[in-house]
Amino acid sequence: MNERGEPGAGRMNAGRAGPELAIEATGLAKSYRDVRVLSGVDLRVPRGTVFALLGPNGAGKTTTVRILATLVQADAGQARVAGFDVRRDRSRVRRRISLTGQFAALDDVQTGTENLRMMGRLSGLSRAAARRRAAGLIEQFGLTGAAGRRVATYSGGTRRRLDIAASLVGRPSVIFLDEPSTGLDPQSRLAMWRVIEGLAASGVTVFLTTQYLEEADRLADRIAVLDAGRIVAEGTAAELKRTIAARRLDVTGASRAAFEELIRHFGDRAVHVDDGNLTLGVPTEGDAAGIRALLDAADPDRDLVADFAVHGATLDDVFLTLTGHAGHVKESTHA
Amino acid sequence: MPDALIMAGRSLRLSARSPEALLTALLLPVMLMVVFVYLFGGAVRIGTSYVDYVVPGVLLLCAVTGASTTAVTVCQDMAGGIIDRFRSLDVPGTAVLAGHVTASLLRNFVSTLLVTAVAFGLGFRPRASAAAFAAALGVLLLFVAAASWFAAAFGLLVRAPEAANSAMFFLMFFTYASSAFVPVRTMPSWLRGFAGHQPATPVTETIRGLLLGHSAPLPLGAALAWCAGIAVVSAAAAAVLFRRRTA
Repeated sequence: MNERGEPGAGRMNAGRAGPELAIEATGLAKSYRDVRVLSGVDLRVPRGTVFALLGPNGAGKTTTVRILATLVQADAGQARVAGFDVRRDRSRVRRRISLTGQFAALDDVQTGTENLRMMGRLSGLSRAAARRRAAGLIEQFGLTGAAGRRVATYSGGTRRRLDIAASLVGRPSVIFLDEPSTGLDPQSRLAMWRVIEGLAASGVTVFLTTQYLEEADRLADRIAVLDAGRIVAEGTAAELKRTIAARRLDVTGASRAAFEELIRHFGDRAVHVDDGNLTLGVPTEGDAAGIRALLDAADPDRDLVADFAVHGATLDDVFLTLTGHAGHVKESTHA
Repeated sequence: MPDALIMAGRSLRLSARSPEALLTALLLPVMLMVVFVYLFGGAVRIGTSYVDYVVPGVLLLCAVTGASTTAVTVCQDMAGGIIDRFRSLDVPGTAVLAGHVTASLLRNFVSTLLVTAVAFGLGFRPRASAAAFAAALGVLLLFVAAASWFAAAFGLLVRAPEAANSAMFFLMFFTYASSAFVPVRTMPSWLRGFAGHQPATPVTETIRGLLLGHSAPLPLGAALAWCAGIAVVSAAAAAVLFRRRTA
């Protein structure tokens, strides 16, 4: 599933696979002082698709995005974005991409409209064209009510929407979104997802990073899992889920002896063991028949399992399955 | 339109909406003028009218306080996410910085007009031709440009806007320890050497000479050389610091 090319093995020379790929990176490495942040990241993102880079805090997601968006230079490796080398053709890449980071790139004391017009002028639009473009984006992003107010008065969700709108002023063909829904309340998160789905429908390439499996699952055509600076898995959501399962069945032993018998039964299928609460978790598709079968097989006499729960697999489960170690993400940090 | 001008327009709008920047640009200069003429003016005996003597000094002091706002605005930009947006729009770092410096020049131009108007109200009577006035303004604005580039570099060097504010005290020290407010000859001998040979003194003397129509030769060359030198070195340092901060 994780198709890894030899670093620098010729396919970077566009021509063969180049034209269809919006992003192509091989062997990206980056260290800050003694800390190795990325060690050999390979990525291939076809044009017009949504790609999610999934990983916990500190995995190197932001560094990867900043390298691809030409803001940081990699120590090693190569990357082409929108058909151009991020190092040699930085300006050409910049004219074709946009980046929305975790911190709003807006002036708080300017209004929404003023911010958009300024970005339009900086992307080379005439005054009149910038005005039209700002008006169009305000309408498209449902910002009509807020556009005349200063950004300082905006809610987190509105600010993020304006931030993405501002990144689109120059009509980029590749859009980078670094943790677009982090810190948003559930309602704003849904609104953000609809915005991203709208972007995808318009035909641009979207590259987003996220800590949430659920988000990658809903939005992305393909997902790469980044752990400690390496891609540990890559594929469609369905492919990934086949290895990690979408849900987790947690069973709680009726006693310590029962708990230990359950551990023996599930063996290394258990992706979660909570000794204190006598609970262990195993991956499952989440359907009733599957869960019944799991329970029956583990507890044929119906006296070992005192309680059970089914919930969505967390990124921790993904990491445990893929890497054999916990990803150090907070369990369900969904706001 | 070049990016630097768009950036200057942005910086001006930000200043116009920042109470701090407005106070520094408009209220502080007027207060300084009044304080120096009425509070200190009575105690200073220099043989001529003190208001005539001190106007160039107050103009200089306003210039450094106004210019040091640049350190704060640059520092604030670097602390937020907007620099990344500008960079991904392929706006060069020098354009962002030049925008702040240009806005600083315009803010200071307004402050200068205001201070001069107040000075007239307090009895300032220059004996300068229109050309000498224009020349004095030119020298002052060149000084503002130098101080603003210095402040921009300072704002890139420190991480917190509060720390960036201390650029003001650094620059103010140069104005105080010069002939801006009292003649250098009245200073203790250990300070005289410094005061006589640092940039604020030739700049003050040149502006004072132009405004009051002094016939003695003015240290115009030294003033221009200092300002141009500081501006060039600071701008180069700011460009390097910007690249380092965003690497």
